[in-house]
Amino acid sequence: MFTNVLLSDGRRRGLRFLAPAIVAVTVLAACGNDSSGKAAPVPSLTGDCAQYQPYAGHAGKTVTMYASIISPESDSLQKSWAQFSSCTGIKISYEGSNDFESQLPVRVQGGTAPDLAFIPQPGLLQQMVKTGKVAKPPSRTVANEDKYWNKAWKTYGSVNGTFYAAPASANMKSMVWYSPKAFTQAGYQAPTTWAQMMTLSATIAQSGKGKPWCGGINSGTATGWPSTDWLEEIVLGKYGGDVYDQWVSHKIKFSDSKIIAAMQVLADWMQNPAWVNGGFGDVKTIATTTFQDAGKPILAGQCWMLQQASFYGAQWPKGTKVGADGDVFAFYLPANNPAIPTPVEGGGEFTTAFSNRPEVQAVQNYLSSPEWATSRIKVASGWVSANQGVDKSVYTDQVDQLSAKYLTDPNATFRFDASDLMPAAVGAGQEWKSFTAWFGSGQSIQQVAKDIDAAWPN
Amino acid sequence: MTAAIFTEPVLGYPTLASPLLADSGLADFAGKFSQVIAALAIFLGALALIFFAAGRATGRFTRPLSIAVFLGPAVLLLFVGLVIPTIRTTYLSLKSDDSARFIGVKNYQWAFTSSPIHQVLVNTVEWIVIAPVLATALGLTVALLVDRLRSQAVYKSLIFMPMAISFVGASIIWKFVYDARDPAHPQIGLLSQVVIALGWHRPPNWILSHPLNNFLLMVILIWTQTGFAMVVLAAAIRAIPEDVVEAARMDGAKGGRLLYYVTLPMIRSTLVVVLTTVMITTLKIFDIVRTMTGGNFGTQVLANEMYSQSFVQFNYGRGSALAVILFVAVLPLVGYNIVQLRRERSTR
Repeated sequence: MFTNVLLSDGRRRGLRFLAPAIVAVTVLAACGNDSSGKAAPVPSLTGDCAQYQPYAGHAGKTVTMYASIISPESDSLQKSWAQFSSCTGIKISYEGSNDFESQLPVRVQGGTAPDLAFIPQPGLLQQMVKTGKVAKPPSRTVANEDKYWNKAWKTYGSVNGTFYAAPASANMKSMVWYSPKAFTQAGYQAPTTWAQMMTLSATIAQSGKGKPWCGGINSGTATGWPSTDWLEEIVLGKYGGDVYDQWVSHKIKFSDSKIIAAMQVLADWMQNPAWVNGGFGDVKTIATTTFQDAGKPILAGQCWMLQQASFYGAQWPKGTKVGADGDVFAFYLPANNPAIPTPVEGGGEFTTAFSNRPEVQAVQNYLSSPEWATSRIKVASGWVSANQGVDKSVYTDQVDQLSAKYLTDPNATFRFDASDLMPAAVGAGQEWKSFTAWFGSGQSIQQVAKDIDAAWPN
Repeated sequence: MTAAIFTEPVLGYPTLASPLLADSGLADFAGKFSQVIAALAIFLGALALIFFAAGRATGRFTRPLSIAVFLGPAVLLLFVGLVIPTIRTTYLSLKSDDSARFIGVKNYQWAFTSSPIHQVLVNTVEWIVIAPVLATALGLTVALLVDRLRSQAVYKSLIFMPMAISFVGASIIWKFVYDARDPAHPQIGLLSQVVIALGWHRPPNWILSHPLNNFLLMVILIWTQTGFAMVVLAAAIRAIPEDVVEAARMDGAKGGRLLYYVTLPMIRSTLVVVLTTVMITTLKIFDIVRTMTGGNFGTQVLANEMYSQSFVQFNYGRGSALAVILFVAVLPLVGYNIVQLRRERSTR
């Protein structure tokens, strides 16, 4: 639930200035002032603007957009559609807010819904569709969705089988951060199977040089969310997509023997006193360590590995070299059960429309195209799209490349963050609370499962 | 205003496109600004008109009209800001999580019977009873002691200063104080380091230790509110007429007897006002718990749970029910506070 906030953290990297100046000049020259006539026929765009022809004909119109992404990441967003705007004459009026999740419902109910919103949680999308104010996407967006995304994404942008919103950005959660430098020195290799990962952990624990794992689930009011991700990874990697889906819809309960067994796997891994919490202390310190601080001991050699999403890349101190031969990098978290084909857990944002005015649909179409995704990737690193039409060579950052590789893998078992899909009373409430009590106060697995099941709304 | 900032980040980019876009940004801003000015002008004009009309009114309309003109805005604001929200919250508290259907008093049933909320209510009561009493008692002690010192202003300022820090800021400071690391590692928490230096080799992880953690959080409130209590009580002590104290001294009262029979009765109403004011602050306490623990580890209180139900879990029914409970709980305190304030004013 809170991951979208972190997501924007993840994008907080140095802005890279493109050299759009020359482009912009030609664009402006080419477009001139076509904002005069309203009923005029669709103008034909030429030169660099020709690529925007499908979106032409709405010059002088304004589309409002609201999202949780704030400066500086929002600056990158605005740059990504600057050329689109100046060519088509559609002005995109963007507003970002930290209170997006609580404010969007207020605005929609108050009759001042934005034209477009980037909604990071399928649960919130459902809630919005319930109000009846969400507009169905135009056929071009639907076509893009079908053509460019893994099927699972479409279900997350749908409510009760009706498709509403195409994904914008995506983030990859199935990652383990480590230090390639330290691994090389100690003669370790990044594990590629779960069994290797466990053996490596035991080896490190016996070596006496720090503990193999560190972790932190403290995150203010959202305390607990990183630990729910851990369980989700295990459920997906142990049983595959079907069981995961049934778990999300509560057809399989937390107290089901399958989920209990997955929780036991998590307990053997992240609650193993010999394996955690490197640099901080005992198992319980996981509950009081902030997720931002959790990976820092890796740099000091007190801890070796941290399971955390791609956006954790923004948390390393300035000057840390991120890359396959750098101070830190990430490896793909292997499946608990090798029979499951490449389980990938992730998150993302969905472009939701609250209006079907033609200019809004034009923007919606553009945002679902690989062209926009490519344009956004080129502006600055730290942003990944699961759009399979994007040429992966445009990614410059190694973590982005790794994320994109798995997010666009057509054979991967992709699933969305389960706690974002569960009802908020569980996914943003009891599950966080109970997991925090599990890690921090040593509550029993049975009790944790029982409490969460009891909180599930009828 | 904010919209203007967010929509025009192109301002200042070193591209040739920026002057044009910046122009539209400026025009946007100018447009909004002139709208604000126009709205203000209309408002002032309307006010002038009303006052003019009220001033010209004669005969039997004069009195009711002037009452309406002077009382009207306050009543209107009170309605919009307090009465209507109260009614609406009460109404929402009888409905389901998404306010779609009526479910009667189920939300209240949940609030009073479910075990996690039990803990919340117990914690809230602990807070109301302990924190204000300690803050007031400490404030009184300091007021009495400092009153006799030479450079009392310095000490008073020092003790009063935490009052100027927001609860969130104070909590962040104390978060560092309570930070605990494994004894094998260097400590960054003041409290842990102090007790280790005193010979307690394995201090607990403070924030995790229930029920101690509740009291550790209360310390933050006490730290910020003691200054407030001290300043108000010190002023009240100073206001005790010199002759009363002198008469008591003549009669042989001193020290504890003087305090118990003269000082305390003389400042009784101030004491009550301070106590109830801190109590009301305590009932609304939200920031400290939210910043320190997010309501975890058995430290949740009513105000924070209300926020979490409404705006994190989107259960408006339960959130509203908790809000109503909080409102009803504060009411008698506020009433008592007002009565005491009035009484104090009339004695002055």
